[in-house]
Amino acid sequence: MKKYLLLEKREWIILGGAALAPWIFGFSPYFQGLLILVLMWVVLGNSWNLLAGYTGQVSFGHAAFFGIGAYAAAIPYHHFKISPWWGLLTGGLAAVILGYFLGKLVFRLRGPYFALGTLASGEILRLLFGEEEWLTNGHNGILYMTTFISKIPYYYLILFIAMGSLVAVKVIMKSKLGFYFLSIREDQEAAEALGIDTTKYKNIALAISSFFAGLAGAFYMIYMGFVDPEVVFALHNISILTILVGIIGGVGTIWGPAVGALIMVFIQELFRSSFFGVGPQWVSQLHSLVFGALVVVMILYLAGGVVGDWDIIRKKFGKKRVEGQG
Amino acid sequence: METFVQTLVSGILIGGLYAIIGIGMTLIMGVLNIINLAHGQILMLSMYITWVLWTYFGIDPYIAIFITIPIVFFIAEGISKFLLHPLMGKDSILPENQVLMTVGIGMVLVELARVIFSSDYKSVQTSYTNKSWYLGTISFNTPLTIAFIISIIMTVGLFLFLTKTDTGRSVRATAQDKSAAALMGISTGKITVLTYGLGSALDAAAGSLLLPIYYLYPDVGPLFTVKAFVITILGGLGSTVGAIFGGLILGLAETFGATYISMGYRDAIGLIIFLLVLVFFPGGLKRFTKV
Repeated sequence: MKKYLLLEKREWIILGGAALAPWIFGFSPYFQGLLILVLMWVVLGNSWNLLAGYTGQVSFGHAAFFGIGAYAAAIPYHHFKISPWWGLLTGGLAAVILGYFLGKLVFRLRGPYFALGTLASGEILRLLFGEEEWLTNGHNGILYMTTFISKIPYYYLILFIAMGSLVAVKVIMKSKLGFYFLSIREDQEAAEALGIDTTKYKNIALAISSFFAGLAGAFYMIYMGFVDPEVVFALHNISILTILVGIIGGVGTIWGPAVGALIMVFIQELFRSSFFGVGPQWVSQLHSLVFGALVVVMILYLAGGVVGDWDIIRKKFGKKRVEGQG
Repeated sequence: METFVQTLVSGILIGGLYAIIGIGMTLIMGVLNIINLAHGQILMLSMYITWVLWTYFGIDPYIAIFITIPIVFFIAEGISKFLLHPLMGKDSILPENQVLMTVGIGMVLVELARVIFSSDYKSVQTSYTNKSWYLGTISFNTPLTIAFIISIIMTVGLFLFLTKTDTGRSVRATAQDKSAAALMGISTGKITVLTYGLGSALDAAAGSLLLPIYYLYPDVGPLFTVKAFVITILGGLGSTVGAIFGGLILGLAETFGATYISMGYRDAIGLIIFLLVLVFFPGGLKRFTKV
């Protein structure tokens, strides 16, 4: 396929559609909020996917980077009234620094140990930020009056970040660096035998991954205007959900996390709003349950995710259509 | 000094309870070779069953053990047979697929509890909930003591099962070397499914024992999952004796941390020890034990 400035034609169309999306659906702030949420998850999912899906280091602690990014924007505001918008610069950076030190610790571990190590790091940070009130205002959180009332500026900001993360992953995976990452995922010993400095490249993957997670965190602070350690360092609502977004969409695919984020937010919102107000009230309690069940079914039958196993899905539906005609 | 002894006693008592949670997890880890990230959620399930039995039928939590163990055992058998076992031979990009599956299962269990019982805190007020008995000036919390004793009985029972019965030996053989065990005529598939049930049954017992001393809400599950894998790593993966010591160490670390450092860091101390052990003593306590 012909390329126009790094992206394929199809991808430019999607980007164009995304840029117009808040206008198409008639300025409903509710709808814009959902789109912003989707894009934020796209950034987080991409960030996780680079480290886990492509480099094979399954992190269970991405909330650590997300949270540190959010606090990098919030703490200067809390103490010195420096605008959280600076977080867009410092958030990613703070996450990379944290990633550097965490990497020193957890990259000694492999497979399940790595997963547990990252999980524990995220949890330790959550407890730490909850306790050290002099720095973080503890569980009271940090509040900030958001700059814009309209959601449009935030939408384009996060769209820009999300596209940035997509393009970054795409470019990296086409480069030599990307092949190093893949070789580490496929067989670390073999990669080392070929002379690849696996620790170095794992650290590079972590640095890029944590940068985007931190950026998403900083955006969260700017957009929501509130951080609290229980929210931004949440084990379930951030770390695990990030993994699930990756799995649903497709681990180790460029567009997987984007599709996963769309599905996740859509399903959760569909149920949370009781089928957009049509269904009975009790449906709204099911939102996480349905998503969890979907994850279980996906791992069981479509381990590659929607994008990764797209061929299988298409084949199944194609067959059905033929049977219907006959 | 008195505070010290008191802390030591509470630590050991809660540690005994942690030990059976850890043993359950380590059994699963040894045989299925996965980290069961739904372990705490299964504990939560057992706590809710116990709570229902107490609230609606007036059955004492300690008697409820005899009901929760079989219920949870069969649920876990189902999970293992239909959800985890089919993933065994499957190829996927990430080798952690089964672990991710347990995450999904855990999520479903927590949300199911939230839908059925809501997020409210629940607890059981038995006649002995706040009772203590004294040895000199040191107080022993009564339900915790009972839990400790039952934990010991269960652990001894499990050891007899693992070392004296054929099935138990098959479990240990499968944990040591799956293909060799299969060659010796052990149906490793069945043993794998059985072990998940067995580990979860221990977990179920811990849940019933825990209810009189702990409060209950859906998110108690993830909390105990974290505790369970801390214990397991401390003890060395797959080592049952190690898990006992792992449980005791975690119990002591938490109570000492809460007494001498800060209450808020109670849960962090276990995690910090966990990271240090993981990085500096990767084998945990396994290197000192054989079973």
